[in-house]
Amino acid sequence: MASALLYDRLQFAFTATFHYLFPQLTMGLALLIVYFKSRALWTGDDHYHLVARFWIKIFAISFAFGVVTGIPLEFQFGTNWARFANYAGGVIGQTLGMEGLFAFFLESSFLGILLFGEEKLGARVHWVAAVMLFLGSWLSGWLIIATNAWMQHPVAYRVAADGTLHVTSLSGLFTNDWLLWQYPHNMAASVATSAFVMAAVGAYYRLSGSHALYAKTFLRTGVVAAALASFLLLFPTGHEAGKQVFAYQPATGAAFEGVFHNETGAGIVLVGQPNMDTLTIDNAITVPWALSILVYQRAKAEVRGLDTFPRDTWPDNVPLLYYAYHIMIGLGTLFVAVTGTALVWLWRGKLFDCPWLLWVLMLSAPFPYIATTAGWMTAELGRQPWLVHGLLRTADGASPLVSSGNALFTLIGFVGLYTVLGLLFLFLIFDTINKGPAATPQAQPTEGRP
Amino acid sequence: METLWFAIVALMLAIYVVLDGFDFGTGIVYLFVARTDAERRTVLQSIEPVWDGNEVWLIASGGLLFMAFPRVYASVFSGFYLALMLVLWLLMLRGISLPLRSHLPNPLWRTFWDWVFAGASLLLAIVLGATLGNLVRGVPLNAEGYFFAALWTDFLPGPVPGILDWYTLLMGLEGAAILTLHGADYLAMKTEGQVRDRARRIASLGQWAVVMLTLVAILALPLVQPGLRRNYDAHPLGYGLLLLALGSLACHFYWRRRQQDGATFLASSLLILGLLGSTAWGLYPNLLISTGDPTHSLTVSNAAVSQEGLRTALGWFLVGFSLVAAYSVYVYRCFLGKVVLPEDERPGA
Repeated sequence: MASALLYDRLQFAFTATFHYLFPQLTMGLALLIVYFKSRALWTGDDHYHLVARFWIKIFAISFAFGVVTGIPLEFQFGTNWARFANYAGGVIGQTLGMEGLFAFFLESSFLGILLFGEEKLGARVHWVAAVMLFLGSWLSGWLIIATNAWMQHPVAYRVAADGTLHVTSLSGLFTNDWLLWQYPHNMAASVATSAFVMAAVGAYYRLSGSHALYAKTFLRTGVVAAALASFLLLFPTGHEAGKQVFAYQPATGAAFEGVFHNETGAGIVLVGQPNMDTLTIDNAITVPWALSILVYQRAKAEVRGLDTFPRDTWPDNVPLLYYAYHIMIGLGTLFVAVTGTALVWLWRGKLFDCPWLLWVLMLSAPFPYIATTAGWMTAELGRQPWLVHGLLRTADGASPLVSSGNALFTLIGFVGLYTVLGLLFLFLIFDTINKGPAATPQAQPTEGRP
Repeated sequence: METLWFAIVALMLAIYVVLDGFDFGTGIVYLFVARTDAERRTVLQSIEPVWDGNEVWLIASGGLLFMAFPRVYASVFSGFYLALMLVLWLLMLRGISLPLRSHLPNPLWRTFWDWVFAGASLLLAIVLGATLGNLVRGVPLNAEGYFFAALWTDFLPGPVPGILDWYTLLMGLEGAAILTLHGADYLAMKTEGQVRDRARRIASLGQWAVVMLTLVAILALPLVQPGLRRNYDAHPLGYGLLLLALGSLACHFYWRRRQQDGATFLASSLLILGLLGSTAWGLYPNLLISTGDPTHSLTVSNAAVSQEGLRTALGWFLVGFSLVAAYSVYVYRCFLGKVVLPEDERPGA
């Protein structure tokens, strides 16, 4: 059964990671589409209608892949994590049930109108549809993060006689401390992803000399939004979310930073490899006192080391967690530097004719995806060895009767299918980007349909 | 309270089958009613703005089942592990086949996705029917309320049956026949000319298949699950649902003959609601019947969450459901009427 657990975990990790590549673009993009539609409606400028139509097309492709890869996640709570579903369904069933009823219907209904109803229903209804789609996708994010926040930091529950958990107050679930910082952090990341992609497409058009009309709009909007989002990612959302980890999951916080023993005036390790035999960091380059200052606002504050916690409550893959965390932080810092520079260049009117910076922007599109994936790995590996922190171990959450052979069978199936899906997605997106916004006439109902 | 939630989940699932059913059915008859690319685009356009929303009913039903009866959710999903994973893969292939098909005009590319779309639709319709068959027949639950069903064993509905046996296969065929009928009725309503005529012909033939398969399925029922009659004997009101189904089928014949496409589609919708409703009537209070020890069955009383959980959820369910009803009606009204291809997509243009 031990290997079944491994396959269950790999399968969920793989399908969830792959799935989230799509919503992280669409949630942020929904906000930018509302911005373009609003400008189009206010100014009556057809340019912004065309721009919005182009991004709606990108949105629709990404949304379709997000929908089909999202269904397996809800299903897997039952298929591979039946004991967890039975144990925690009394609480997280509420948030997941609400997501279906409130968010998914909103999204799917108004996406249909957004894609096929512009001509028939007019500009105002079309704008309303964009706003509804934005609300739906951000609400979906809220309910999912509420579910995850509860698994990270369970609140508002009671234990029934049979050992299962039951919700005591909905408002308790939605005012979870963990949720209140994790949600803005996650949404800022989503806006950053979409803004980076937008700026990258603009830079690509500019550098290749195609679709000149749109290059500047994409670059301007993309750079400003990316700069704002990148800043919010670090401060306050990332900073506060990090402090919460030290407060609620101190062993995880210690593992993030590679603090193996109690340290007063703990530093931040910029680079170095955790050595699990000696419990030290090899080849460390450290900024002294930085960690104590960031977490406790005092240079001499003591940070608890990992070795003060019982070994069976350590995150079960400390090095991987440490790397995921460092990749997230490193890229986040880099984003502020890149978008800050681009913002200054934009302000001075030099961005559009600055090839090296356009190259940097164009090539930076994949990195928000990597950073977000690393961020979620940080959160989920950091929660281990718990499925529900402090209450249910991951090993006790899997389905009792699904054998390792069956779990491996479906894992292989998912890997194969998702490889094909990923290739098809890239083909669709690159093709759409190359054709550009001008190739989107008034209404083309059979195009870009989810 | 648990009974109310049993009814809500059953209703959500029934609405799902009616709605996604017509676009599965459209997929099944797709290759037969639409021959040219313009015809195919017309057919696809009839479901494009709505099929995604239809599928949300499945996800929402799953979410509500999870909320109200997590034990059943855990048991059913892990027990039908292989079948559910196949459903997921089919839903994925079907879901991406539509945007992919329309993206390139290349005929080979389009033919390939046409077949993916039609094949996945047919298999999904069979799976839906077989799923219902499994719920009626029961599964080998253990004392803890879990089971794991192989895809098939000896094709006999004994104490340790596979997901597929002769009865569930029969129900799979029944499901495919009804959804074929339902999809053909939908297309007859939404299209014109040759496509409509072909759809009408399929529906006229299909209704005979449905009659025969329904008869066989009802006759076979006592062999597989005699317990289903108990509720009907105790509360004969349930026969009303069965009557609704049979009445709709009769009306279907009448309206089909007079080629009243809208009314016929209504009849096939009511037929589905009636059949699913009468099944749910018979299953209650069981959510999952045990084929072995009857005390292992999962029922509304031993599988529900706490009363306060159900009460809390009822509050937001009523608000959410009204919203959903409002914008579903709005969206369907937006796209009411026959499908007309835009000017530049008509053949010759």
